Amino acid sequence: MPHSPDITLSAHRLTRRYGNILAVAELDLELKRGEVLGLLGPNGAGKSTTMQMLTGNLAPSSGSIAVCGIDLLEHPKQAKAKIGYLPETPPLYRELTVDEFLTFCGRLHKVARTALRAAVTEAKARCGLSDMGRRLIAHLSKGYQQRVGIAQAILHKPDVLILDEPTAGLDPNQIREIRALIRELSSKYSVILSTHILPEVETVCDRVQILHRGKIVFADSIEGLRRSRQTENLLLGFARPPALQALQAIPGVKDAQLLESGLMLVYSAPNSAPAEAIARAAVENNWGLTQMSPERTRLEDVFAELTRLDTPNEKVA
Amino acid sequence: MITTIAWKEFRSLFASPLAWIVLAVMQLILAWVFLYQLSQYIDNLPRIQQLANPPGITEIVVAALFGFAAILLLMAVPLLTMRLFSEEQRNKTLTLLLSAPVSTTEIVLGKFVGLLLFLALVLGLCVLMSASLALGGPLDWGLIAANSVGLLLLVGAFAALGLFISSLTQHTVIAAFATFGALLLLWILNGLVQDPSHALLYLSLMKHFDSFNRGMVDTTDLAYLLLFAATFLVLTVRQLDAKRLQA
Repeated sequence: MPHSPDITLSAHRLTRRYGNILAVAELDLELKRGEVLGLLGPNGAGKSTTMQMLTGNLAPSSGSIAVCGIDLLEHPKQAKAKIGYLPETPPLYRELTVDEFLTFCGRLHKVARTALRAAVTEAKARCGLSDMGRRLIAHLSKGYQQRVGIAQAILHKPDVLILDEPTAGLDPNQIREIRALIRELSSKYSVILSTHILPEVETVCDRVQILHRGKIVFADSIEGLRRSRQTENLLLGFARPPALQALQAIPGVKDAQLLESGLMLVYSAPNSAPAEAIARAAVENNWGLTQMSPERTRLEDVFAELTRLDTPNEKVA
Repeated sequence: MITTIAWKEFRSLFASPLAWIVLAVMQLILAWVFLYQLSQYIDNLPRIQQLANPPGITEIVVAALFGFAAILLLMAVPLLTMRLFSEEQRNKTLTLLLSAPVSTTEIVLGKFVGLLLFLALVLGLCVLMSASLALGGPLDWGLIAANSVGLLLLVGAFAALGLFISSLTQHTVIAAFATFGALLLLWILNGLVQDPSHALLYLSLMKHFDSFNRGMVDTTDLAYLLLFAATFLVLTVRQLDAKRLQA
């Protein structure tokens, strides 16, 4: 992944209120060229609100947004020209054919008349729509409609691509295809992606920001997220399981526990690596070690930890 | 940019059966009115010719045709304007326009011009029917021109009001009915107000169309209809901008 230092999108202290409800509070965000940023959060965390503000669909209560150095609020036309946006519901005119629709989008984004046909063809090819040009959008399946939505967003070759839950409502194969497409697109564009599907973040994004009740509660690279998930605990499987006490007696083991699956979970004491000792004990005592793997905190757990609902969450769009 | 949006609106209208049905029904009714007026004229020709200053065929057939077309369009325009913003808000397609590098004014004017283009087709049909009378004798082209200008301005005023109401709600039926109600009220105002110098009477759209219908292009009426349309277009732009800001 080429990482050039230039920043394509930056938001500073972005705040949005709906009456008394604070939907997004002092959010800072920065996106570099060629980077995929995952915006994660439970429903109502303010993901869509943030994206609507970044695309100029919603005016922030305070704060500033710059696209490639152009202030979105002061020069909306120039700034919007550099953004491609796929909202939660793809904005498709169902009565038009794919070609008609994409041509209209190209004109809206001031794609030069001479380049328009090529741009439409390219966007279709990238999204696997080459044979769908003459089909009515209303007759396409949800997956294909989603692709038309993405094609519409990349048609004018924007610097920043903002995708709000791009894989929502798709079947597993389509999800895989769309993810591959986003990965492919990220070599050319900066991408912001919102989702509440956690594995998606891991497969697609370089960096992740977790939003909870309008605030950023976690911001790090995907490696950082992985690291924070790794623990020193071990998951063990035995053909002839020993007593828990026997495991607990091994130096470096703090505690052991039998899981419902028949596997055993061993908690290591801080700064110790009991794996080797366990393996030796297993051989010596003929326990028949069948499995030993580091236990990872599931991403869901990290997420739940960060976005724990201590008080009832206000529902904001 | 305005033409891009206008052209798309125009195309979209014809992509759905609505435009065709509106055109077909309008044409059916207008043709019937036209033929009825024509036969009335022919039947009463001996009596008309005995008058000191006999009215021409244009006055009897064409003026009646345009007057009737105005009433029909008052009913049809709300059905066409309801789509413009209500449906886009409901289908969430307005986002596409709002995130594109176009101003709100361009969006509003694009939609307005697109619809006006369609309404001009209806007007064109009226003009063609009237022009067919030229096969039988001389016509008062000035009267036809005045009627055309008047009707175009009138439907422009209808469309602007409809566009505004359509931007207020996501519900197409509410938009249509509210527009229809508002237009009807402005239309029948002079029937409700007895005093001929009453200020309310000045608001009546019918009164302002009447002079065009009689063949008189009065700048007062011209200005009224133009300002009426402009006011509601500006309000629509403001309404859309307020949507981005509203809490």
